[in-house]
Amino acid sequence: MQIKGEYKPLIVAFCCNWCSYAGADLAGNNRLNYPENVKIIKVPCSCRVNPMFILRAFQRGADGVILCGCHPGDCHYTTGNYYTRRRMSLLFSMLNFLGIEKERTRVEWVSAAEGAKFAQTMNEFTEAVMKLGENKRLEDLRCKR
Amino acid sequence: MQKITKDILIDKSIELLSSGKVNRVLGWKNGEFDYDVTPYVFKTEEEIKNDFVFNGFSGANFSKYLVKETLKSEEKVLVFLKPCDTYSFNQLLTENRFARERVYAVGIPCEGMADISKIKALTDEAISKISFEGDSIKVDTLYEGEFTLKCEDVLLERCVNCKSKKHVAYDELIGEDGEVIDSHRFDQVEELERMTEDERFLFWQNELSRCIRCNACRDVCPACTCEKCVFDNPESSLNNKAISDSFEEKMFHIIRAFHVAGRCTDCGECSRVCPQNIPLHLLNRKFIKDINSFYGDYQAGEEKGARAPVVNFTFDDIEPGEAVKRGDGDNA
Repeated sequence: MQIKGEYKPLIVAFCCNWCSYAGADLAGNNRLNYPENVKIIKVPCSCRVNPMFILRAFQRGADGVILCGCHPGDCHYTTGNYYTRRRMSLLFSMLNFLGIEKERTRVEWVSAAEGAKFAQTMNEFTEAVMKLGENKRLEDLRCKR
Repeated sequence: MQKITKDILIDKSIELLSSGKVNRVLGWKNGEFDYDVTPYVFKTEEEIKNDFVFNGFSGANFSKYLVKETLKSEEKVLVFLKPCDTYSFNQLLTENRFARERVYAVGIPCEGMADISKIKALTDEAISKISFEGDSIKVDTLYEGEFTLKCEDVLLERCVNCKSKKHVAYDELIGEDGEVIDSHRFDQVEELERMTEDERFLFWQNELSRCIRCNACRDVCPACTCEKCVFDNPESSLNNKAISDSFEEKMFHIIRAFHVAGRCTDCGECSRVCPQNIPLHLLNRKFIKDINSFYGDYQAGEEKGARAPVVNFTFDDIEPGEAVKRGDGDNA
């Protein structure tokens, strides 16, 4: 996404309702800065994120996709994030196998009490994606405005 | 190429058909050319005597056909399974995709199947006749004369790296059972992993851009047995038969491979049927290799009722960031 000549990566963050979304809330309450180009999508559980969602986000113009969930063992639904962990390990490894830069995808466990970790993670991730530049390898020209 | 002849299979079919044990036979029939042998359901002895074939082109894996075939009648259907087909057979049973009691499975040995595109590359496009004689193949072409090829030079990719000659499921076995082979099937995947991201991207862009979205890989895959498929949804913007954007082919192949991750038995049918010769098995093997390396060795279909790794977990699984680094080979 190009705004007035200055490149700002579009980051899509899938956050689980119970931990990471509350963590993002806490970051906001504590007035912690994180880039405004991080777009948060609330999901009931990190396990709700279908691999298609990740690819769809890239298709619609995301430059990086990050998935946040409760720490393993703390899932509100007991085991959801264990499945997420396996699924995303395989998916992200496959994306890298197809030549998509590994810095564009990330999974981070953020609890509701970790507002600072949320802000820090988003800052780091945005910076990493910023270095890579626009997502050219998984873009869909039909979705370009 | 094959040690057993079609006569043995014809005799077996007729024996079982006439005794009433089965009322139809799932076998191979010659197509328009010698090399396009197609699956066919034989219902009478005449049909079997006239049309049944078994040669180096009988590559089709019948396991998936059972899903629809067993719904047609309560009577048993006779099916011939090569060792690699029995893994798919077991996997489908694990997923309860067909009724075992409606199938009579006969395991047959396999010495590897021939790849027509390799034969064409070594000879000529216009092939009029192909015959197998022991370890060699005699090819008659329209314009270039006759050729004699060695079987081992024209094996299908999956047979070059054959993973097992052992049957894991059958009611009856013709010939002797083989062993699981320590194949080098991940060599090519490892080679790709050693490349840089840019090189890999170019490799796959080059391969996948040939895709014409015929969906043959999906249709033939014994792990793809959903009745409703995401790729048939006209609302999905992914169902175009002619791809309109390079994203679409990547999306299709990633999702296709992911849908069968942990259930793919590495039967290699996807690469066999691909009209564009895209090495689709490499995507599947990448998943198999990753699963083996992250979660311990697992061979889908080896054991009936086994729990697939993607629907399972342990408390100390590898973290995705770590996994991607490990999957990246030497570049990490």
